[in-house]
Amino acid sequence: MIPAAFDYVAPASVEDALAALAEHGDDAKIIAGGQSLLPVLRMRLNAPEMIIDLGRIESLRGVRDDGDAIVIGAMTPHAVVGSDPLVAEHASLITKAVEHLADAQIRHRGTFGGALAHADPAGDLGAPALVLGAEFVIQGAGGTRRVAADDFFVDLFETAIGEDEILTEVRIPKHTGWGAHYEKFVRVAHQWPIVAVAATVRVDGGAIAEARVGLTNMGSTPLRARGVEEALVGQPATEDAVRAAAARSTEGTNPPSDLNGDADYRRHLATVVTRRAVLAAAGG
Amino acid sequence: MTATQERPADAVEKEIGRDRRRKEDQRLITGRTRWTDNITLPGMLHLAMVRSPFAHAKIVSIDTSAAKQSTNVVDVLTGADLGESLGVNINAWPITPDQVTPNHSPMPSDRVAFAGEIVAVVVARTAAEARDAAELVDVEYDELPAALDLKRSAADEVLAHPDLGTNKSAYWVFDSGEAGTGGSVEDAIAKARTDGIVLEREYRQQRLIPAFMEPRSTVVDPTGEQITMWSATQIPHILRFALAATTGVPESKIRVIAPDVGGGFGGKLQTTPEEWITWAVARRLGKPAKYTETRSESLMAGHHGRDQWQRLTLAAEKDGTVTGFKVDLLADLGAYVSLVGGGVPVLGAFMFNSIYKFPAYRFAVQTVLTNKTWTDAYRGAGRPEATYAIERMMDELAAEVGVDPLEIREKNWIKHEEFPFTTVAGLEYDSGNYEAATARAKEMLGYDELRAEQRRRRESGDPVQLGIGVSTFTEMCGLAPSRVLGQLDYGAGGWEHASVRMLATGKVEVVTGTSAHGQGHETAFSQIVADRLGVAFEDVEVLHGDTQVAPKGMDTYGSRSLVVGGEAMVRAADKVIEKAKPIAAHLLEASVDDLEFSGGRFSVRGTDQGMAIGEVALATFAAHNLPDGVEASLDSDATFDPVAFNFPHGTHLCAMEVDTETGALKMRKYVCCDDIGNIINPLIVSGQVHGGLVQGIAQALWEEAVYDDSGTLVSGSFVDYLLPTAADTISFEIDHTTSPCTTNTLGTKGVGEAGTIASTPAVVNAVVDAVRHLGINDIQMPCTPERVWRAINGAGAGGSTEGAAMPHFESGGATGNQEQPGTSSTEGAGS
Repeated sequence: MIPAAFDYVAPASVEDALAALAEHGDDAKIIAGGQSLLPVLRMRLNAPEMIIDLGRIESLRGVRDDGDAIVIGAMTPHAVVGSDPLVAEHASLITKAVEHLADAQIRHRGTFGGALAHADPAGDLGAPALVLGAEFVIQGAGGTRRVAADDFFVDLFETAIGEDEILTEVRIPKHTGWGAHYEKFVRVAHQWPIVAVAATVRVDGGAIAEARVGLTNMGSTPLRARGVEEALVGQPATEDAVRAAAARSTEGTNPPSDLNGDADYRRHLATVVTRRAVLAAAGG
Repeated sequence: MTATQERPADAVEKEIGRDRRRKEDQRLITGRTRWTDNITLPGMLHLAMVRSPFAHAKIVSIDTSAAKQSTNVVDVLTGADLGESLGVNINAWPITPDQVTPNHSPMPSDRVAFAGEIVAVVVARTAAEARDAAELVDVEYDELPAALDLKRSAADEVLAHPDLGTNKSAYWVFDSGEAGTGGSVEDAIAKARTDGIVLEREYRQQRLIPAFMEPRSTVVDPTGEQITMWSATQIPHILRFALAATTGVPESKIRVIAPDVGGGFGGKLQTTPEEWITWAVARRLGKPAKYTETRSESLMAGHHGRDQWQRLTLAAEKDGTVTGFKVDLLADLGAYVSLVGGGVPVLGAFMFNSIYKFPAYRFAVQTVLTNKTWTDAYRGAGRPEATYAIERMMDELAAEVGVDPLEIREKNWIKHEEFPFTTVAGLEYDSGNYEAATARAKEMLGYDELRAEQRRRRESGDPVQLGIGVSTFTEMCGLAPSRVLGQLDYGAGGWEHASVRMLATGKVEVVTGTSAHGQGHETAFSQIVADRLGVAFEDVEVLHGDTQVAPKGMDTYGSRSLVVGGEAMVRAADKVIEKAKPIAAHLLEASVDDLEFSGGRFSVRGTDQGMAIGEVALATFAAHNLPDGVEASLDSDATFDPVAFNFPHGTHLCAMEVDTETGALKMRKYVCCDDIGNIINPLIVSGQVHGGLVQGIAQALWEEAVYDDSGTLVSGSFVDYLLPTAADTISFEIDHTTSPCTTNTLGTKGVGEAGTIASTPAVVNAVVDAVRHLGINDIQMPCTPERVWRAINGAGAGGSTEGAAMPHFESGGATGNQEQPGTSSTEGAGS
């Protein structure tokens, strides 16, 4: 498992990283935590000539409070995100999703922005980012731009990040006081989810006032289950009410068929997992 | 006077039975030791293999010119270049005289027969440069139709080796009526069809991958009078023999070393193309050469295990008394007949009757060639398959009769007072007590309480149902009596050798012909010898795995190391005592007849005179004052050939929760009570049982080698070949009953395979038991949530696993090996 030879730079600033990216273009690949890229290199599925390591850019690390939103630096490791009190208070759905993301070693090496930029539809962070209405801050030669989560995930392994751009941070609007749960269906603990559901709800007076539900691995990108969200509004957080709403979780999905399950099984799972995720989220 | 002398000898704490921590673990766990890949020799070259991406293809041409121009490449060689010097990979067990056995070149030059087969080897100054150049080897293939599905291959629809004219390799039969060990199974079935019960089932043993921790690695040093091969192997002695037999180098010119080896589970019970190619390259270039496989190559081209279809017919009286059992197997050999090959199902042939008193039994296996990775031994080798079949069938019979599965077993099993018992398969079981092990296991599980909970859940229609699975297994292990192997046409004997060397400083070197690959031999064997000779545990050094240090041996597999190798050691130690006795008598000025040996001391009966065996060793080393005609050595050898197999048994119980909404399974409790005779080191036994259980449970729930329609291994990485981790298992409760084996001195039985053999049917029985009331009587392994869910929804036991792997890793770019044929699906080609 030896990668093909490559050159390597570790710039100290985003500007230097962008310059390196501009210089090497298609021949370059950005490495964040390396948890997806290194296997690709080691199995020789790809052989970029230049690796640009963002690991020394301190400004890309950490979580901060920015008024209506919390801001997570793209190079913040999962383990840091998962134990951050700001995230737990204002975006607890992310805390829950990170808790069972891969294994402890990966959570310490892998990064929040790296995982989102990789855009694996089975990745655990896409659906939470989507339903929380995250904004992706992307920097290029001409400055920074913000991309809404709805526009960020384009296709399998494809995002709105341009070839000459770098994801620098992710802004998560505060959902303080919302209940949240990330329910993951796997065969073995450290597997990518066969199906997972990210749910966050605001319960008011015993009824669901607002709901956000996202699906992992039910299409080529993370998906928002808007039909479920609509059906939940005004409903009591009971098994039967949520079951009826969760039946709509298959709308607009296009799940894969692979070793772990055929598409029809995944659609069925989505309804069950959605119900469990919403009930757990509503239960606090 | 030492403390030992002040106490009566029987107060000395025995080593056997102690929870000794393993002396080898410090170096094995830290890795500060000699794994094969750690070995670096002056001027050593590195190899990378170019492998076929196709399951079956003619090799049209191989262009090595670009690879030869690559940086620091010394040579690129094909099968045609190496020719006869390659030798062949042999099958040591032709199970029938007319077995169809394809020629197995380590690197064929005309045609490849499975995806992953080696077609060229790159030799470079570093491993990285060899891998880079491997991508530049341009192989043109002409793809041929591939024989993939086992049943269709058995029908010769497509031929795996067209020149052989058939895929059917051997048909091997045992029939109790013909052997005189029982009645006619056809008569029993015919009778049961009129007035009894006939159950017919077909079970699938999926293909598994041994997935040992240390990938295979080989270093060959041709620069000396002896050519030395280091290899991550379970079988250095067999490897040496096979190299001599097939490459024309005299055995006396070959030294094979299995240094520390990181696991095997049967997967390193093989002589491999990679070893043979490394050998040929090193000899051709006259320089040391190393090859270490990648994990992907290991999964794709290291031998696989299991892969059978089992057609079973059980005849019984209406009360559940079994009257006959008929077994028809199809066994997938893969592309070649490997070292043990078709012998694996034959090792199970004597075990389908298990612990039961069946009056009639017939076993038949058809071994079949396909264009998949070759198969061979994998932990249990034949016996897990047998145990699965019979233990699943006994549950089916219990359901048919309408009684508890333990009751149906008790009705049919051998009672403890009936030992020794000769079975319908012709084996004599020396000892056992199925009643005692079962009673203990039931108590550990809380069997009756869980049955009550199961009833409650069924009655309330709980979405989570509970099942209890039973496996009352036995196995034959301690391979093997040489005469029996001879009757079965195996190519070697089953004895084991040991030497005990008494050093002048009081230390003891013990040499065993078994070759450990992580089991803890150094610790357990030290305990045995320490007790036998009355020396300190720390003073015993166990040496193994080098044919110059341990010149005789039959290596490690089939739970044989302790019961065969340990017995050889006991006998060698006893010879040391016998040799020391006249010297001690001479030095003590006493008659040999007045000496007794106990607690490491020779003493003169009725006096306080005596001397420790270490003192005798020193006196023998000095040789200043030996009796006339006595040689100046206490060192002794013994070669032990077992008179019988031994038969561990146990009762395993599994409680499993089934989420009927999703098919998800959650193990609630797993208990087992194994009878493995006397135990040398309970801590090591616990490790063997726990690890064995996980491996057997993994077959039931997770592991499966899946190929696609073109013969590419889809489960080609640990992303898709699901090995469990500690996070996926629960804490097992294990215990033991003890019926000492009567055919060896220590009363021990093998334990290395027991957990794996027993656990698989316990788990599947639990899954089926949880949903049997929903009309389900089988779920195919591995019992994935999807299969369970489909069964609940009326879609049967589940067909073959299909579909591609989840694409988590984006491939891309014009560089890399994208231009090579098929590399997207067989990344091991040059990786």
